[in-house]
Amino acid sequence: MQVTRRQFFKICAAGAGGSSLAVLGFAPDEALAEVREFKLARATETRNTCPYCSVGCGLLMYSLGDKAKNAHAEIIHIEGDPDHPVNRGTLCPKGAGLLDFVHSPNRLKYPEYRAPGSKEWQRISWDDAFSRIAKLMKADRDANFEATNKDGATVNRWLTTGMLAASASSNETGYLTHKVARSLGMLAFDNQARV
Amino acid sequence: MTNHWVDIKNTDLVLIMGGNAAEAHPCGFKWVTEAKAHRKARLIVVDPRFTRSAAVSDFYAPIRAGSDIAFLAGIINYLLSNDKIHHEYVNSYTDFSFLVNDAYTFENGLFSGYNAEKRNYDKSTWGYQIGEDGFAKTDPTLQHPRCVYQLMKAHYSRYTPDMVSTICGTPKEAFLKVCQMIAETSAPNKTMTIMYALGWTQHSQGSQMIRTGAMVQLLLGNIGVAGGGMNALRGHSNIQGLTDLGLLSNLLPGYMTLPGEKELDYATYIDKRATKPLRPGQLSYWQNYGKFHVSTMKAWFGDAATVENNWCFDWLPKLDKPHDILQVFEDMNNGQVNGYVCQGFNPLASAPCKVKVSGAMAKLKFLVTIDPLATETSEFWQNHGEYNDVDPAKIQTEVFRLPSTCFAEEDGSLVNSGRWLQWHWKGTEPPGDAKSDQEILAGIFLKIRDLYKKDGGAFPDPVLNLTWKHKIPAFPSPEELAKEFSGKALRDVTDPKDPTKVLVKAGEQINGFAELRDDGSTACGCWIFAGAWSEKGNLMARRDNSDPFGIGQTLNWAFAWPANRRILYNRASCDPAGKPYDPTRKLIAWDAGVGKWTGSDIPDFKPDSAPEEGMNPFIMNPEGVARFFAVDKMNDGPFPEHYEPFESPLAANPMSPNNPVARACPAARVFKGDWETFGKPDKFPFVATTYRLTEHFHYWTKHVKSSAIIQPEQFVEIGEELAKEKGIDSGDHVRVKSNRGFIVAVAVVTKRLMSLTVGGKKTHTVGIPIHWGFLGVAKNGYLTNTLTPFVGDANTQTPEFKAFLVDVEKV
Repeated sequence: MQVTRRQFFKICAAGAGGSSLAVLGFAPDEALAEVREFKLARATETRNTCPYCSVGCGLLMYSLGDKAKNAHAEIIHIEGDPDHPVNRGTLCPKGAGLLDFVHSPNRLKYPEYRAPGSKEWQRISWDDAFSRIAKLMKADRDANFEATNKDGATVNRWLTTGMLAASASSNETGYLTHKVARSLGMLAFDNQARV
Repeated sequence: MTNHWVDIKNTDLVLIMGGNAAEAHPCGFKWVTEAKAHRKARLIVVDPRFTRSAAVSDFYAPIRAGSDIAFLAGIINYLLSNDKIHHEYVNSYTDFSFLVNDAYTFENGLFSGYNAEKRNYDKSTWGYQIGEDGFAKTDPTLQHPRCVYQLMKAHYSRYTPDMVSTICGTPKEAFLKVCQMIAETSAPNKTMTIMYALGWTQHSQGSQMIRTGAMVQLLLGNIGVAGGGMNALRGHSNIQGLTDLGLLSNLLPGYMTLPGEKELDYATYIDKRATKPLRPGQLSYWQNYGKFHVSTMKAWFGDAATVENNWCFDWLPKLDKPHDILQVFEDMNNGQVNGYVCQGFNPLASAPCKVKVSGAMAKLKFLVTIDPLATETSEFWQNHGEYNDVDPAKIQTEVFRLPSTCFAEEDGSLVNSGRWLQWHWKGTEPPGDAKSDQEILAGIFLKIRDLYKKDGGAFPDPVLNLTWKHKIPAFPSPEELAKEFSGKALRDVTDPKDPTKVLVKAGEQINGFAELRDDGSTACGCWIFAGAWSEKGNLMARRDNSDPFGIGQTLNWAFAWPANRRILYNRASCDPAGKPYDPTRKLIAWDAGVGKWTGSDIPDFKPDSAPEEGMNPFIMNPEGVARFFAVDKMNDGPFPEHYEPFESPLAANPMSPNNPVARACPAARVFKGDWETFGKPDKFPFVATTYRLTEHFHYWTKHVKSSAIIQPEQFVEIGEELAKEKGIDSGDHVRVKSNRGFIVAVAVVTKRLMSLTVGGKKTHTVGIPIHWGFLGVAKNGYLTNTLTPFVGDANTQTPEFKAFLVDVEKV
């Protein structure tokens, strides 16, 4: 009796007979532990690292499609990278749930604006957001920039606008952030490491 | 971490204190399990709570939150008085023999130079005796009464086991058991690792707690060896990297520091930092400061940085005072800050004393938040009932909320606690119109630059000349930025010993920081990351996990800073003659045949300096040795001393009971008006401490369905004895209040929080997990920083989240 995987599961589901069939040697052609391979066989694998704590666990992300320009690469599964020397394929409860972070209903999708005194958000375009922020920042910088201190020493600083940098952004973002903040003369500038 | 995650497997003993790795760093904690299973290593946990780490420990000792210095100082006293130290190591590799300035004193809880009005120290007496040759004086016999060893012995003799027990509430027998276990690792072939986290940093004396831990490790000879070290388990995936890149108010990349407003002369600025050796034959690697600094300025300002304009030194903002997050919220609260940008940071939840933070933000003209998720900060103006009871009509702040990508939607590198820069790859596009952080920064910056080009304005030079050589200016790519911080040659870089030999050709990526120059011929955005992207390619993307020495070094997996070195100070794993103290755990050794240090790691040393030359392992220090006596490096004293947390159940510090100034850290900054917000034990009798749960990450995962399902609702933990006293059962709702506000949460009554006898008084602890807020898919809750005091560590200003006072009542 030749039984395919699919038929085997059907038989098992039909009743207690399943286990005795297996005992009699009617096992399916492929190992039972291959369920996951089916799900991911046509997915694209991408290596990443966990964004939560500082262990830096290796991740394998699986997405639909081949990352072609016009195809949406929906991530359908995330698991630990078995080759990673630290986590060796394991993940903690948070890391194991990363897919729900990527797909959280509270992910922000559009720039939003809240006017002074308003009770609500309104959607704005990126260009409007950048233009308005740049205008506000420049106006504040021009008004409050200290080229010299009260002793006449050159200090070239801007103290009335500050910035907090991220805790999980990449080094590349961090480097760019630092360049931008200091070129503007900012000193009120910290990152999550402070707290 | 001086060492790294996998290296924990090489240890004989693990001390987890000021952290709870099994809960907060589970996949790194597996290396503790590995050491226990395969090396018969043992695990000690010292914590106010019987944590998940404690549950799998070999020995657990309870301690009152905020008293860790007393505990560790007691260990120092035990090691010194029982002669359980690694003699050759401390004599050769530390400042034991250095003579201290005669004017240095410690009396009645205060070090010499204290200014009570300013609450700071004049540190001029905290130094060495300097000889006529310009070097620090030493007494290798250690008999001189002013040598560091003698001063240290006297200082810590006060921390007797009875005193430790009085301050910490740890039963004396438990304390002595910990001492005995730790003392065993003073043998040259035994080692201990210390794993700590925010449980040590978030105190008014957090930096000194960590220092005291490091001093214990030095006495035992456990720094620089496989399986040893001081291992900071950072809280987020890239705060190591952002710190390395200098994103703190007073830093430049690679732990260089910004000039103060009194340091206007460029040559003096460099000289002060390019420290000359304080002992003969020492490397004092910071002598190269100028090369690192000039290379950073070339990376930032390109051709505009010239020798004539001191490489744009005037363009750097000069510090008038610290501008850490607490200072900034203080200034904001006083109406001195108009704009604030929060990139992936949720200060309403993460900064102490929510009522102050919220009030401060309401005084801003504009707030910009950049985040993949809806943060509480972005809605600080929105009424969310009891959880955020504000009136939007009264808040005139303009708020922008800009959606950014998350990890899955971007390329780039993060630095883990083990200092590994690991590259990751984008797997999908972000939702909706969300953009990467680089695009958002470019979007704002390029608009500002255009406005300066068009209209002029205040000092536009640095803005107009900032290097921005990107193929698509609106999207500086991660690859371009990584190459920029790793560094390249602008002109041919030649060998100083043989100028005809070109080490790196103009335009090529450099191999490491040894190739950096201070003549403008190299550009490197972050010298400690130099070589991460060399002509060999992106070394951060390497994924070869082979471990040829079986010691877990995997040198071809990603890139570790500095120079791909995996264990810092590894020269100290060998004796002065260059032989490993423990050949079974060899990291490096002197190979006289080839005239080089070789082994399983990159030597943290001048690679060709023979042992006979007498160079010592701590090459970043001008002394060449590690310091027990911190000289003038710390704000609150050269030797760590126990002070009470600002809110403590004790009326006086048992170490100096007659000096009220020395009750809490005398050098910690307290803003005007904040003294009144601190609670007293008569009204708030219980010690509170905040912490994480393994199912959640900070304030992010309340937005994550799976985390919300497994840990849905805010709770606090209360010991059985206290619960009985207050008539509280598990599942009841309780109000936990401090002098700054209250939260309401479900009570979990547990044996894991035991009462301790502190200063002769029974003391209870209330445990407060931090993860809830007023936005998310989990059940809404109170931001726990409603409760916490607005005071920070005397050195770092990291807030005191781990020890404060509360009262508890059944609702």
